[in-house]
Amino acid sequence: MQLALFWIFSILMLAFALGVVFLRNPVSSAMSLVMTFVALAAVFVTLDAFFIAVVQVLVYAGAVMVLFLFIIMLLDLRAEKHRKVRPSAWLGGGLVVGGFMAAISQVIAGWSALHQTKPELSDPSFNDVAGVGFTLFRDFNLPFQIIGVLLLVATVGVVLLSRKELK
Amino acid sequence: MNILNVMMQPEVFLVWTSLAKSIGLLAVILGLVSYTVYAERKICAWIQDRVGPNRTGIPFTGIRIQGLGQPIADALKLLLKENFIPAEVNKFYYYIAPKLSMVPAILVLAVLPFGSSLFGIPMVIADVNIGVLYVFAVSSLGVYGIVLAGWASNSKYPFLGGIRSSSQMISYELALGLSVIPVFMVCGTLSLPEIVLWQRENGWMVFPIWAKGLTWDLILSGDIGAIAQTFTAGFSLQRILLWVPMIISFVIFLIAMFAETNRAPFDLPEAEQELVGGYHTEYSGMGFALFFLGEYAAMIAGSGVIVTLFLGGWSFPLIPDGSLPGIPGVLAGLVNIGVFFAKIIALLIFFIWVRWTVPRFRYDQLMKLGWYVFFELALVNIFIAAFVLAYIK
Repeated sequence: MQLALFWIFSILMLAFALGVVFLRNPVSSAMSLVMTFVALAAVFVTLDAFFIAVVQVLVYAGAVMVLFLFIIMLLDLRAEKHRKVRPSAWLGGGLVVGGFMAAISQVIAGWSALHQTKPELSDPSFNDVAGVGFTLFRDFNLPFQIIGVLLLVATVGVVLLSRKELK
Repeated sequence: MNILNVMMQPEVFLVWTSLAKSIGLLAVILGLVSYTVYAERKICAWIQDRVGPNRTGIPFTGIRIQGLGQPIADALKLLLKENFIPAEVNKFYYYIAPKLSMVPAILVLAVLPFGSSLFGIPMVIADVNIGVLYVFAVSSLGVYGIVLAGWASNSKYPFLGGIRSSSQMISYELALGLSVIPVFMVCGTLSLPEIVLWQRENGWMVFPIWAKGLTWDLILSGDIGAIAQTFTAGFSLQRILLWVPMIISFVIFLIAMFAETNRAPFDLPEAEQELVGGYHTEYSGMGFALFFLGEYAAMIAGSGVIVTLFLGGWSFPLIPDGSLPGIPGVLAGLVNIGVFFAKIIALLIFFIWVRWTVPRFRYDQLMKLGWYVFFELALVNIFIAAFVLAYIK
């Protein structure tokens, strides 16, 4: 059952991921990305990682992509549809994708955990929210705080840069 | 092996009981939606000193029963209307947008505990330990339906409605999410059924004075001294002080829910005077009906979340052990379901009452309220709750 679900959601995820790249309408691409996130969340659920799954939907599908869609809808989509892709862009994109795939396959080939099956959770009612919370705020508190400050600095920087009149 | 044995196997049992619960809940909710529309029209009429719909009764008989047949007539009218599709719309997204706005509202219901148990089956479709986060995640997807409807209609007013709606929903989602954190800090869990049980034992979130060990037998015996003693036993300073952050949470959550469901006084996305019908201007027939259904289903689901988090869920007030006098198990389960829906209906009437009483906000006022007042207040509220929990025993 779990295996069947894994295949269903992985295939959905990959199909929509292809849609992000190949669909010509930017709104369709954005919506495909939303569906990719939702399918990815479903794969997390089959791994009993409910918290990660929900955060995936909440943050990416529910917040980030809404803003993306917001921006895309303000673009002139007709001009976007008729835009020609130059051969140099094809070449550059192909190089990047090929290099990335080569690097990823290198890593996967040398990854010992790949051939282990996932051990069953000893306690099915394990509270993963508490687990993530304790790990983040107790064991890795300092790195977490530093990342928080980093994000705050970035936000302040964006606000400053987006102001029209810089004195 | 006969059919009954197969039905009672754990996995099979889970499948068919879940299916039965889903179908039953959906049927109740859809019925509730159509009668909420009727209540909206009727209450609005009373507030404006009119009569409201009072003609439609049982078909072919001439019996009017105060217009209670109106929802059936409305549904038939919408079903039979021509589904007119304007030229130049983006057909795919135009078709899919009304469904996208309705589905998330109904999905939220999956984690709401709507009763204690019937025949030993817990009355919640999916008891997940991340309950509330699921509610936020799914309801945050509801904005796509509205945005896509506005964009796909290829028309100015719907587009402005869609843009307004998406920024409004994103702004108020923050306040909505932050405002409930004190509730989890007090209960120590994210699971909705556990939050309901906690409130049954220790008092509703918005009602800190609670009796400890009060039972129906004690109430029926009429011993006022003993009843008063249960209240003094249930008294604690921490609970009274926690009332402050809980009331702040409740008010922010309630008002943010108005904004999330696009209800007046925050119904800017469909402000008639400025935007005609807003995002559903170009829809007719069933498409329009689905938007309507989605709005009311979201209202019911939102009321369900408020009831579960702040108003004790399905539990009968003031009885910590949940017993009912002389009522056998199955009936007691039905009473609990009734209590849950009674609380929801009370909230729905409040929603309607507010809509026909408070004038609409201006758009900049709405944004200011969300970002300058509620966001900060919800943040400070978390610290108040943490302070009370840590230092006052």
